[in-house]
Amino acid sequence: MTDNLVTGTRKSLEVVSSAPQGDKLIKKFLREPSAVISLVFLALLVVVAILAPLISSYDPTATRLADVLAPPFTPEHPLGADGVGRDVLANLVYGAQTSLSSAAIVIAVSLLIGVPTGLLAGYRLGWIDGVSMWISGALLSLPAIVVLLVVLARVGRSTSLALVVFGILIAPSVFLLIRGSVRAVREELYVDAARVSGLSDIRIMVRHILPVVITPTIIQAALLAGAGIGIEAGIAFLGLGSSDKASWGLMLNDASQNIFNAPWLLLWPSVALVLTVMACSLVGNGFRDALANFGSSAGSVKAVKTAKHTDSTPEPALPLEKAPVDPGDTLLAINDLRVSYPRPNGEKSDVVKGVSLRVERGQILGLVGESGSGKSQTAFSVLGLLPGQAHMTAGTLSFAGVDLLGMTPKERNRLRGARIGYIPQEPMSNLDPAFRIGSQLTEPMRHHLGISAKAAKNEALRLLARVGIPDPERVFKSYPHQVSGGMAQRVLIAGAVSCNPELLIADEPTTALDVTVQADVLDLIRSLQAERGMGVVLVTHNFGVVADLCDQVAVMRDGQIVEVAAVTDLFTNPREEYTQLLLDSALDSTSKTQAHHPVETDTTTDMTTETEGAR
Amino acid sequence: MLMFILRRLASGLVLMFVISTATFFLLNLTGQDPVRQVLGPVASAEQVEAKRQQLGLDEPLITQYFQWLGSAVRGDLGRSWFTNQSVGELLSQTLPPTLSMVIGSLILAACFGTLIGVTAALRRGRLDHGLQVASTLVQAIPGFLVALVLALVFAVQLRMLPATGFTAFSDSPGKWLASITLPVIALALGSVASLALQVRGSMIDVMQQDFVRTLRSRGLPERSVVVKHALRSAAGPSLTTVSLMFIVAISSSVIVEKVFNIPGIGTQASNSAGRGDLPVVLGIVLVTVVLVVVVNLLVDLAQGWINPKVRVS
Repeated sequence: MTDNLVTGTRKSLEVVSSAPQGDKLIKKFLREPSAVISLVFLALLVVVAILAPLISSYDPTATRLADVLAPPFTPEHPLGADGVGRDVLANLVYGAQTSLSSAAIVIAVSLLIGVPTGLLAGYRLGWIDGVSMWISGALLSLPAIVVLLVVLARVGRSTSLALVVFGILIAPSVFLLIRGSVRAVREELYVDAARVSGLSDIRIMVRHILPVVITPTIIQAALLAGAGIGIEAGIAFLGLGSSDKASWGLMLNDASQNIFNAPWLLLWPSVALVLTVMACSLVGNGFRDALANFGSSAGSVKAVKTAKHTDSTPEPALPLEKAPVDPGDTLLAINDLRVSYPRPNGEKSDVVKGVSLRVERGQILGLVGESGSGKSQTAFSVLGLLPGQAHMTAGTLSFAGVDLLGMTPKERNRLRGARIGYIPQEPMSNLDPAFRIGSQLTEPMRHHLGISAKAAKNEALRLLARVGIPDPERVFKSYPHQVSGGMAQRVLIAGAVSCNPELLIADEPTTALDVTVQADVLDLIRSLQAERGMGVVLVTHNFGVVADLCDQVAVMRDGQIVEVAAVTDLFTNPREEYTQLLLDSALDSTSKTQAHHPVETDTTTDMTTETEGAR
Repeated sequence: MLMFILRRLASGLVLMFVISTATFFLLNLTGQDPVRQVLGPVASAEQVEAKRQQLGLDEPLITQYFQWLGSAVRGDLGRSWFTNQSVGELLSQTLPPTLSMVIGSLILAACFGTLIGVTAALRRGRLDHGLQVASTLVQAIPGFLVALVLALVFAVQLRMLPATGFTAFSDSPGKWLASITLPVIALALGSVASLALQVRGSMIDVMQQDFVRTLRSRGLPERSVVVKHALRSAAGPSLTTVSLMFIVAISSSVIVEKVFNIPGIGTQASNSAGRGDLPVVLGIVLVTVVLVVVVNLLVDLAQGWINPKVRVS
C-alpha cells in the first residue's frame, strides 16, 4: 500500500505543472465513469454509516450465545451472525463508520504534517530541506505494521492511536508531493514577481503556491483514505484495534477463525472492504487522469498546429526532370509518399503529402525545408522507423531496385545498419547512456557482419580513428556522458558507416553541434561519402550545408516537394517563389552567420530564422 | 563508488541507531510495569523486586539504555523476559520463514511485474488498458484479504495446499514450497500490480527516446533493442519501487503469517509486542531496519550498475 502511495506521489508530480482551473477539472473528472461511480458509492457509504442505528437495531458488539453462527436470510439476522453471536449486518454498517473515520484520521494527520513541512522544505530548501528529506526517507523505510505493533504494545488496543501513528508514518508521501510541487513552481515568474514586490514568504506560500498544490493533494487524500481503511482493517484483524468498535477487519478475523464451518462469513466484510478501498483508489486515479488529459490535450494542440495545412486537393507529385540516369544506378526511389497521424478527434493529419524523390548511387541529395515541412518524416519513412501511430503509404519505395513496401519488418531490419546507415540530429540523446561506446559500435557489426568480438573491436577502433577521434582506445571504453557532443556525433557517424552501407541518411547532422565543429563534421561526411561512394540523403534547414555538400537539392514545404534542382541551378536560378523566399530570408542573416561560419562559398547562408520569414 | 557505498552505510547506521533508540524509549515511556506483566498478578512484592533486579530494571532508564546498546553493538541482543530464550536465537528461528516468503514474493513480483509491464508497454491498445485497470484494482486490495481468500479457496475448499504452518527447507524442500506458496502469492499480488504499472510507464518513456530509434536504425534485433537496451534504462525507477515493495512485504507479512499461522518474525513480533517482551521487540525492530538498510544498499548498487552516471558521481 505504501509503494502505491509513493508511486502515486511520483505520478501526481508529473501532472502538477499542468494543473488547470477547478471547474474545468471537475468537468473532465465527471467524464470518467469509473471515478463517478466510485464517488457515488462512497457517498452512499457515508449515508449508510450515518444511518447505521436505523438500518440495524442490534448493538454490533453485543454477543449472544444462542445466535452463534446463525444462518443468513432469517428475519432476526438478515446476514446471519458470527462465531460469537454478533449480528453481521449491524457489524457491516457500524464497520462503515469505523472505516470512514479511520480514513479521516489518516488524511488529517498526514496532511497536517506533510503539507506545512512540504511547503517549508520546498520553498526554503537548504538545510531544512536536507533534514526533512532524511527524516521522510527514514519514516518511509519503516515497515508500518511493525511500528504499530511496538506502539500498541505499550498503550494497549487502540484503533485511533494506531491510525494517528500510521498517519505520521505515511506523511512523507504528502511531504514529497508538496515539496516537489513547490519546487516546480517556486522558480516561476509570477512567484519571482511576488517576491520582488515584497510579499512575505508566508503570503507567497498561501496566495501563490498553495493553490497549485491543492489538486494533487486531493488526489493523494483519496489514496490515503484507501490506505487508512486498509490499515484499520489490518489492525483490527490482528486483534489490536479497540474492542468496543465494530470493524470489517474484526469481522474478517472472526470469519478466518470459522473458515471451516462458516466460510460465508468472509463474504460481506471482504466485499465491503474491497469496494471501498477500490473506490478511493479510483476516485484518486480519476482526478489524476483528468489532470493528465488536460496536460496532453494542451500538448496535442501543438502537434496539430505543426500539421496545419491549406486544405486543397493534393497536387500531383512533381515530375523528376533531373533524373536522366539509367535506372540501374538508382539507389533510392520514392514515389508519392504519404504519411499521416491520427488526431485525437479521429481525423487524420497529413504531414507528408505525396513526396517523390530519387537518389543515385554516390549522389548527395539535400532535403531542405523549414521545421515541420515533413523532411524528417520522409527520412524515417525510408528507414522504416516512423512512430507506431503513423500511417504511411507510397506508390513506390524501393532501395537498390528492391521494393521496400513488400518487405516484412524483419527484412527491413536486415537492411537497416547493414545497407542503410543513419546519422541522427542530437548526438547526446542518441547513444544509449547505459552502455560503453565500444559495445554500441561493435554490437551492430557483430550482428550484421558476423565477425568475432576481437575483429569487431579492431574495426571499431579503426573507425573511431577514421572519424577523427584522437584517442580511440579511451573513447571506446567511455560511456556517452563522458565524451563531448562533437565526439558523440563522430561516434554516431562511425556507427552509421560501420557496416559499409550503400545509402546514408543524415538527419540534420550538424544542427546540434557547436559552429566550430560543424564544418569538421561536414568535411568528415563528405570524405566518407567520397571514399565509399555512398548515396546520401542529407536532411537540413541550412543552405550553407547544402551548398557545401550536395549535388542535388529538393525543397520541401508543408509536406510536399516544391522544387528539385542541381545545387548550382538552385542557388543561381531558383524557379519557385518559395525557394526564392527561403534563400532571401536565409541571406538576411548571412552577415551574422558568415562571421563564424567557415565555409567559403558566396551562397553560404544560414536559415536559422527561416520559419517566420518564409510564410 | 567506494565512497558512495560508505556514505550509504553510514546513513544506514545512523538510521539503525535513531530507530532503535526511539523504540527503546518509546517502549519504556508509558504503560504498565513490565515486571508485573512477566510475573502475573499473583506474584508477591518481594518476587517482583527480585525479578526487577534480575532483569536490571532497577537501574535508571538511561543506564539500561547504554547497557542494551553496549551489548547490541557486540551482537548480544539480550534474552526474552518471558521465556529467557536468547533474542538472537529467537530471530534465527523466526527469520527463515519470513524471509522465504518475502524474498519469494519479490522474485515472483519482479518476474511477473516486469513481464506484464513490458508487454503492456509494447502492445498498448486494449490489452494495455485491461492490464492498467486490473493493476489499479489489485493494488487496492489489502494483502491479508487476498491471503484469506486464497486460504479459503485453495486450502479449505480445494485442499490443494496446506492452510497453515511452515516446513523448513532443510526438512523437506517440497513441503517447504507447498507451505510458502499461498503466502507468497498473497504477498506478491499487490507488488506485481504496482511494479507492472511502474515498468509499463518507464518502458513507454524509454521506447520513445531517440537512442532507441537509433539502435533500431542499426538493424539490431528487436529482442536486443527491447530487452538489452530499453529495459535496462527503464529498470532504474522500477528498482526504487522494488525497495519500497520490500518494506511493504515485511509489513504485510505480519498479517499474512497470522492468516497462515506461520511462525515467522511477524507472528513473533505481534506475540512479543502483545505481552510487552521488550528485548524481543527491540531485537525484531533492529533486524527489520538492518534488512531494509541492506536492501536499499543493494538497490543503490544495482542502480549504479544500470546507470553509469550514478556510478561516477
